[in-house]
Amino acid sequence: MTQMTFARAINSGLRKSLENDPKVVLMGEDIGALGGVFRVTDGLQKDFGKHRVVDTPLAESGIMGTAVGLAYRGYRPVVEIQFDGFIYPAFDQIVSQVAKMHYRTQGAVKMPITIRVPFGGGIGSPEHHSESPEAYFTHTSGLRVVSVSNPQDAYTMIQQAIASDDPVLYFEPKRRYHDKGEVDETVDLSTALSMEKARVVTEGNDVTLVAYGPLVKTARDAALAAADEGVSVEVIDLRSLAPLDFVTLEASVRKTGRLVITHEAGQSGGLGAEVAASITERCFYHLEAAPVRVTGFDVPYPYSKLEMHHLPGLDRILDGVDRAMGRPNSLSGLEG
Amino acid sequence: MFTDDAGKGGISAGGPGNSENSTRRTGGDLVQLITPAGERISHPEFDSWLQDVSDEQLSSLYEDMVVIRRIDAEATALQRQGELALWPPLLGQEASQIGSARALREDDFVFPSYRDNGVAYCRGVKPEDLVRAWRGNASAGWDPFTVNVATQQIIIGAQSLHATGYAMGIQNDGADAVAVAYFGDGATSEGDVNEAMVFAASFQAPVVFICQNNHWAISEPVRLQSHIQLADRASGFGIPSMRVDGNDVLAVIAATRIALDRARHGGGPTFIEAVTYRMGPHTTADDPTRYRDANELEDWAAKDPISRMKSLLDRKGLLTADLEDAVAAKADAVAKELRAGTINMPEPQPLDIFKHVYSTPNSWLDRQQEHYSRYLASFGDPAEAASEEGAR
Repeated sequence: MTQMTFARAINSGLRKSLENDPKVVLMGEDIGALGGVFRVTDGLQKDFGKHRVVDTPLAESGIMGTAVGLAYRGYRPVVEIQFDGFIYPAFDQIVSQVAKMHYRTQGAVKMPITIRVPFGGGIGSPEHHSESPEAYFTHTSGLRVVSVSNPQDAYTMIQQAIASDDPVLYFEPKRRYHDKGEVDETVDLSTALSMEKARVVTEGNDVTLVAYGPLVKTARDAALAAADEGVSVEVIDLRSLAPLDFVTLEASVRKTGRLVITHEAGQSGGLGAEVAASITERCFYHLEAAPVRVTGFDVPYPYSKLEMHHLPGLDRILDGVDRAMGRPNSLSGLEG
Repeated sequence: MFTDDAGKGGISAGGPGNSENSTRRTGGDLVQLITPAGERISHPEFDSWLQDVSDEQLSSLYEDMVVIRRIDAEATALQRQGELALWPPLLGQEASQIGSARALREDDFVFPSYRDNGVAYCRGVKPEDLVRAWRGNASAGWDPFTVNVATQQIIIGAQSLHATGYAMGIQNDGADAVAVAYFGDGATSEGDVNEAMVFAASFQAPVVFICQNNHWAISEPVRLQSHIQLADRASGFGIPSMRVDGNDVLAVIAATRIALDRARHGGGPTFIEAVTYRMGPHTTADDPTRYRDANELEDWAAKDPISRMKSLLDRKGLLTADLEDAVAAKADAVAKELRAGTINMPEPQPLDIFKHVYSTPNSWLDRQQEHYSRYLASFGDPAEAASEEGAR
């Protein structure tokens, strides 16, 4: 076990993948000498060379489209999108090419591309630097989407993503980059928990609280606070956003009968809607209350002095837990 | 797969080595080696790349152009008869496609657009595979790795980036193959094509951009896409370019060889504008009489790539009755093969819809497949259920 930051854990996972497979190539803007704007690729170009760790021109569709060509040639490109809000120029290549190539060619052409996306808010950035675009991609068939919440998962899951023969979007919670945690760098990928599995991170009996990425930490803090009030919260870290691990989700909701989902992304059409709808379909008779969503608002990501109002924090999540529990809450007395 | 019995691919890369200095120019005059009347014009530089093209090979180039025109006509007929949902004719672009494809080496890799059926045919794609997607039996017609041709790209210009990335991979591998992107005049306005040229230039990737300027992007004339010659755009990216008569198969072969040779020897990308004309509609769903002048069509009919090749063969005394008979027989046979292959193509099965979305099982999709499978089974006979469902 080694104590390291979240960013360092990803770096270490990338290094391991570069060492283990000569076909792994990193591509992105400023990922070479600078080590990326968040230093996640720090030192990798120096150690693996400019052909393995490629500083690209500033063109996201160009990065993604050339990654497709490299995958055609047998490479495993790992693409860094510098910020969440910069992924949209690459959207067409991701949705029309990366996601569909395997289907189009009846399995002849694989797209083992990993797309790393620092996402989410909380760092006081200007516009386009704090977004949560994951639902665009969970809605796109052909893609696998994961989000990591702690250094150990960051280390393990980046390697699992790179090893996947399917394209994977790997969402990194940028406000947690400097959080430290214990990382076992000797973990065996083949026996480690699959990146498609959710994980119960806090056990509880009264309400299931589902989170991913940056809000897992907030959700755990909320569970601790709720325990002080005598409410037992089970926190689930989704880890995989597509596909969702309904086996783990269902087991928890069948036990608690209550469901709260939280994410930074806006509410409408978000991942919370999918979790709520699917759980309602699958466990309707186990539910004691309507599922509750605690999410960002349906607004463009706000200017930074207001972002803490947009981001679900501990108190808003607890308010959502109270709603699910039928306890007094901010919406008490309102219909629907 | 690349060379067939009729001798396709029989033209080896020739030429005087890397003529870097003489050809590293931009655009310029249209290079033409065969006039519309079939007269061979000498061109010191381009001719040096054609010295190995024998009489036999001229005949086989002619054959390929006739055969692909016949495939194109047969596919159009199959669409009119309801056997294909759609077809994008390449009529008029035979020299651009056959000439460039015949210049390629087996290990070169092609990224074509949906109209490049002549290129695909030359690389060994089977006639019925050319129409598989247009019949609606699959999303694409062939396994790219059996012929080193990617499946045809429908998103305009997207494949230019794939070719560039593939070329970067060739570079990393230390190989001397070349990636070739085919696209049209309309595609040059797309961001992807421009980004591809940026990347290709930055990394000096071994990629050749073959732009068939057929003058029309559905109903939009090329002048709407560009105020300068398309070939001249390349210089802004630091990419050398050539502008050739795309209805002249020899000019196209020579230009492609120059570009391939440069790419193989570390000279980076080249942009070729093959000036040609889309004699037919954009697709069988299009009506060009709504937007273009019949006179324009007549002008271009006079520059037809096949009739000029035929005239050249005639002038050289090569257009024998035997040749004409052999070419006609081959075209008939391939058209027959295409028709039979189309009509007898196995129908996809309902649950095929779920296949190959991912390379490994996916829990969401498995559940949807299971549910749909039960739904179909609820009708009793699965085949009957499928046909009823399809009829709704």
